[in-house]
Amino acid sequence: MTDVDIQVRVNGIARRASVPPRLILADFLRVNCGLTGTHLGCEHGVCGACSVLLDGEAVRACLIFAVQADGAEITTVEGLAEPDGELSVVQAAFRDHHGLQCGFCTPGFVVSVTAFLEENPKPTDDEIRDALSGNLCRCTGYQGIINAVRAAAEALAESGGSASRDATAKETE
Amino acid sequence: MKPATFEYHAPTSAEEAVGLLADLDDAKALAGGQSLVPMLALRLAVFENLVDLRRVDELRGIETRDGSVWIGAGTTQATIGRSESIGLNVPLLARATPLIGHLQIRSRGTIGGSIAHADASAEYPAVALALDVELDALSPRGRRTIPAAEFFTGTWSTELEEDELLTGITFPVWQGRAGFAVEEFARRHGDFAMAGACVAVGVGADGRIDRCAISLFGLGPCARRATEVETELIGTSPADSDADEIGRTAMAGLDSVPTDLHGSASYRKRVGAAMVARAWRRALQEAVGD
Ligand SMILES: Cc1cc2nc3c(=O)[nH]c(=O)nc-3n(C[C@H](O)[C@H](O)[C@H](O)COP(=O)(O)OP(=O)(O)OC[C@H]3O[C@@H](n4cnc5c(N)ncnc54)[C@H](O)[C@@H]3O)c2cc1C
Ligand code: FES
Ligand code: FES
Repeated sequence: MTDVDIQVRVNGIARRASVPPRLILADFLRVNCGLTGTHLGCEHGVCGACSVLLDGEAVRACLIFAVQADGAEITTVEGLAEPDGELSVVQAAFRDHHGLQCGFCTPGFVVSVTAFLEENPKPTDDEIRDALSGNLCRCTGYQGIINAVRAAAEALAESGGSASRDATAKETE
Repeated sequence: MKPATFEYHAPTSAEEAVGLLADLDDAKALAGGQSLVPMLALRLAVFENLVDLRRVDELRGIETRDGSVWIGAGTTQATIGRSESIGLNVPLLARATPLIGHLQIRSRGTIGGSIAHADASAEYPAVALALDVELDALSPRGRRTIPAAEFFTGTWSTELEEDELLTGITFPVWQGRAGFAVEEFARRHGDFAMAGACVAVGVGADGRIDRCAISLFGLGPCARRATEVETELIGTSPADSDADEIGRTAMAGLDSVPTDLHGSASYRKRVGAAMVARAWRRALQEAVGD
């Protein structure tokens, strides 16, 4: 098995690596980059814990090989907060509305919701439930999560802001 | 879980990709990976060589042509879901798209992957069959066009040869008064459907049904058409149609309906009949509506 050279940007930082083709993106992020916020639950695409943004779109990091991400821009949960640690609007809403208990599923939820609100800033409750269908949580019973998403959408509408920091940066450039 | 080791190839043209598929031992195309990677992870499948299509730009795109819409095989389900021209010209495809998995799946999964993978419960093969699409394929022996009716041959199997790629799909645009609907039942939103149906129906100047397609998914080894009911419906008046009866007739004579943990064959047929009936009502209402 021949290693392959890749170059990616992870949370704004350029990285080069030589990786075995079967290395999944989630392991690349956790092991090679030391970013353990991306969690692995089912490892076959069902639970959503591993969700990251790939060129702005939410994807399963367990269903992508690191080699396939060559040239891409990746945002993990570590890249959502401000550099000074201030939580993003979505993260703060999850904290404020009891959108988490044990926190295992949370990175996948906040990353997915960030991408979702970017595309659909004023979702209906049905659309919120639909968007959350790809993430499993064994603790909260989902009500707090749904409330958090609704609150995040309202907060973003009020502030005129954007769910993802990258997108805000791009707009002001 | 990690898949068994493999060699990775990322060609930049479709010609090069089919050359690799032909020349390498035990090689498989990799598109969005949303079906292939889980199978590799669970070691339900093992390949020595994977030929990634991500750099093959000619496989992506949506083009409106004379009376039809061409979609590159590598176009993602998310791109299709966002396309205004597909919403307008191929409403059945647009309506089926949000039913596929979840947003994180659709951002990677491709239409070519869905159709080539040919899962019995997948939406896109049933849409392709209902709309009689044409599938463009490329192999080292050249190009050919396969009609949808000949494409799906059984469980996870299609007319494509091992060294052949699906390059694009041509969807005819239905003119005139027409209606389209897709209905499915899944245990949870985003799961593969237990049973589902697509209906496309056209009404002529005389007010009678002049075009009709009903396709079923989750009700056999692969998507299939309910040809007998379709034939019976042509020339009839929309006011006379009995949706529940159409649903029941569409299930009559279906063989090899799967039985599994989630439901017996007879239960699936009852669900299937209900899905056909619902889709029929909605599609017909749209066709006669305006
Ligand atoms: C949690 C989850 C839920 C899902 N739910 C649904 C659902 O409800 N409905 C549904 O339809 N699908 C569902 N899927 C599957 C998903 O839609 C896949 O994306 C799709 O079936 C395959 O597309 P892909 O691009 O990912 O192909 P890949 O996984 O890369 O490939 C699949 C197969 O197609 C072949 N292939 C790919 N492209 C080509 C080509 N151009 N020419 C020839 N062969 C090709 C590959 O060699 C492979 O055999 C789900 C997947 C997951 C993980
Ligand atoms: S770990 Fe990726 S979806 Fe479960
Ligand atoms: S908070 Fe524990 S799994 Fe969601």
